[in-house]
Amino acid sequence: MSKTLIRGAKVLGGEPQDVLIDGTVIEAVGSGLPTEGAEVVEADGKVLLPGLVDLHTHLREPGREDSETVLTGTRAAASGGYTSVFAMANTFPVADTAGVVEQVWRLGQQYGYCDVQPIGAVTVGLEGAKLAELGAMYESAAGVTVFSDDGKCVHDAQIMRRALEYVKAFGGVIAQHAQEPRLTEGAEMNEGVVSAELGLGGWPAVAEESIIARDVLLAEHVGSRVHICHLSTAGSVEIVRWAKSRGIQVTAEVTPHHLLLTDELVRTYNPVYKVNPPLRTERDVMALREALADGTIDIVATDHAPHPHEDKDCEWAAAAMGMVGLETALSVVQETMVDTGLLDWAGVADRMSFTPARIGRATGHGRPVSAGEPANLTLVDTAYRGRVDPAGFASRSRNTPYEGRELPGRVTHTWLRGKATLVDGKLT
Amino acid sequence: MQRHLISAADLTRDDAVLILDTAEEMARVADRPIKKLPTLRGRTVVNLFFEDSTRTRISFEAAEKRLSADVINFTAKGSSVSKGESLKDTAQTLEAMGVDAVVIRHSASGAPYRLATSGWIDAAVINAGDGTHQHPTQALLDAFTMRRRLVGRDAGLGQDLAGKRITIVGDVLHSRVARSNVDLLHTLGAEVTLVAPPTLLPVGVETWPCAVSYDLDSTLPKSDAVMMLRVQRERMNAAFFPTEREYSRRYGLDGERMARMPEHAIVMHPGPMVRGMEITAEVADSDRCTVVEQVANGVSIRMAVLYLLLGGNEPAVAHPSPSSESRTTEEK
Ligand SMILES: [Zn+2]
Repeated sequence: MSKTLIRGAKVLGGEPQDVLIDGTVIEAVGSGLPTEGAEVVEADGKVLLPGLVDLHTHLREPGREDSETVLTGTRAAASGGYTSVFAMANTFPVADTAGVVEQVWRLGQQYGYCDVQPIGAVTVGLEGAKLAELGAMYESAAGVTVFSDDGKCVHDAQIMRRALEYVKAFGGVIAQHAQEPRLTEGAEMNEGVVSAELGLGGWPAVAEESIIARDVLLAEHVGSRVHICHLSTAGSVEIVRWAKSRGIQVTAEVTPHHLLLTDELVRTYNPVYKVNPPLRTERDVMALREALADGTIDIVATDHAPHPHEDKDCEWAAAAMGMVGLETALSVVQETMVDTGLLDWAGVADRMSFTPARIGRATGHGRPVSAGEPANLTLVDTAYRGRVDPAGFASRSRNTPYEGRELPGRVTHTWLRGKATLVDGKLT
Repeated sequence: MQRHLISAADLTRDDAVLILDTAEEMARVADRPIKKLPTLRGRTVVNLFFEDSTRTRISFEAAEKRLSADVINFTAKGSSVSKGESLKDTAQTLEAMGVDAVVIRHSASGAPYRLATSGWIDAAVINAGDGTHQHPTQALLDAFTMRRRLVGRDAGLGQDLAGKRITIVGDVLHSRVARSNVDLLHTLGAEVTLVAPPTLLPVGVETWPCAVSYDLDSTLPKSDAVMMLRVQRERMNAAFFPTEREYSRRYGLDGERMARMPEHAIVMHPGPMVRGMEITAEVADSDRCTVVEQVANGVSIRMAVLYLLLGGNEPAVAHPSPSSESRTTEEK
């Protein structure tokens, strides 16, 4: 097998070192490693991270291949430095059976840009009424460990309780999209001063917080693990902090866009900012950043939600909710967390690789950058600054809120088990 | 004046006074035997109504025709046109036809803003009501009605509504009329008080440039004008208030309550009125109630807006008004 020597990379942001890849694994990490027989990648000044893991991606296949496919989505992931993505279950058909999750998993294996770990639906058809065959999905080739009705909330308390209890049998976790449905009827954006002025239906913070409060109590009651998707409010942070202090097994994620953008942007009525949960206030953004820094929020997840142009090039009410995120996530995290001094690169590795892999039990990912480990790696030019140009996206959809915005950092190389999927910013 | 009229909040005090003064000139045309000006001859205006509103459409149409514009009515209620892309498609069709102005009514808040700012179309856009957001010409016609009644027809020229106390009662939460009026009346120097049960006031209303009260009776004696908003019966089923009867008792305007208003104070309603719930027949039919005048004033206001937006640099009919000079300096 071929060898690759990554020379002079700051591993997890530390002192420059060489990393030698042999075949699918890291052979050695050190200084002045021999270059014979190895292809050399000059990484002077760049930061080397373990391959990123996204616990929350929408790949749209099967059913909405006009938005994204497993192929285009995993190419976007590789461009963004990811080596593993968890694909949400809200496809058509819904990923609520062993057959669908195996299909998605196999497509990821077949294309080889990024491992795809399917998430199984909690309830049949995401309808919130009847548990899906969680055990069968776990036992399938895909080995599903994360279950979510994301896009919808498992709002029935009894169903949520049963799901939390049931997955204990195989160490699964329920990832909750926390949205009280009655409190968010007709909701189009964050409820507050801006929604009142714009005449757009309000999505109150309490609709998220009340579900999180209920679910951490249910998780405590049954002694199970719950993961909260895309936290968006300062109040949600407080509840998770309280739950953790009580020893409740709760983990939480925040999206890059909730770390950067606020509901003030909705004043443009540009649906590129329409997302669920909605963009909140400056105060919420600051609370989320702090919580990610202090570990109350465990991970960053993209909630990559591709939509075709026509679903966004319309009036606000008619537009689809969601943003693409895989290809800009690391840049937004650098801007909001690293360049602000809240997190160092080792912290980024923790929030974007080690911990999401641990929560999702993706055993081959989120491993230390050391000899003998699978060579899942990402090289980042952290000194780079440039404007986001969606025309260059690998994703089939271009619904990014960052078009034309200057962001720092650029992923130049990605390796999946030693095979380069991205070289000098170009997909292989 | 800006190129479009999307929100009452976009108008400066001088813009608004200019529109009111111009409407005063337009109103004189209505008194003539031939109610028509050649001003917009050769210009095409489209009334693009995605939501039913015969009253507003007819008012705009009358205004357009009195200015001799070519008028196209495009009504697209219900059906497939409620799908998002059709606003853009329709806009591009109109663009290809070379229309000069689009009067748009849409159930989605922000649709006129999108139409004006997305590069789909080059025409001037006039918001004729969007979702629960804005209805600026309604606010202008309300202000025009107040100025005529509270300041005086000719005495009002060049004047704003400084110091006038206006009370707006009812379903503020779902009302684009209330939003537009708060913005415009504040700009014109009036003191606005919103009165409603807390369930019908939007979150964040405390940041609006107005006062808020839950109690109608204490507000009435301090009001120069009381504007009753329409309350839709389905709000009751959505638990915004317990019963129609309770709503009427606490927030309805009847003869007894009207008697608590100052002698000169007027009662307004954007229409259509549903007698009984928010306003009794006794009040609706009294000569303090300006509903019919509001309708007539609506045509004058819409004429003024169309005229000014479509490049009317000269006073429309009469001599230069005092505010036309300040307008050029304010122009952005
Ligand atoms: Zn979600």
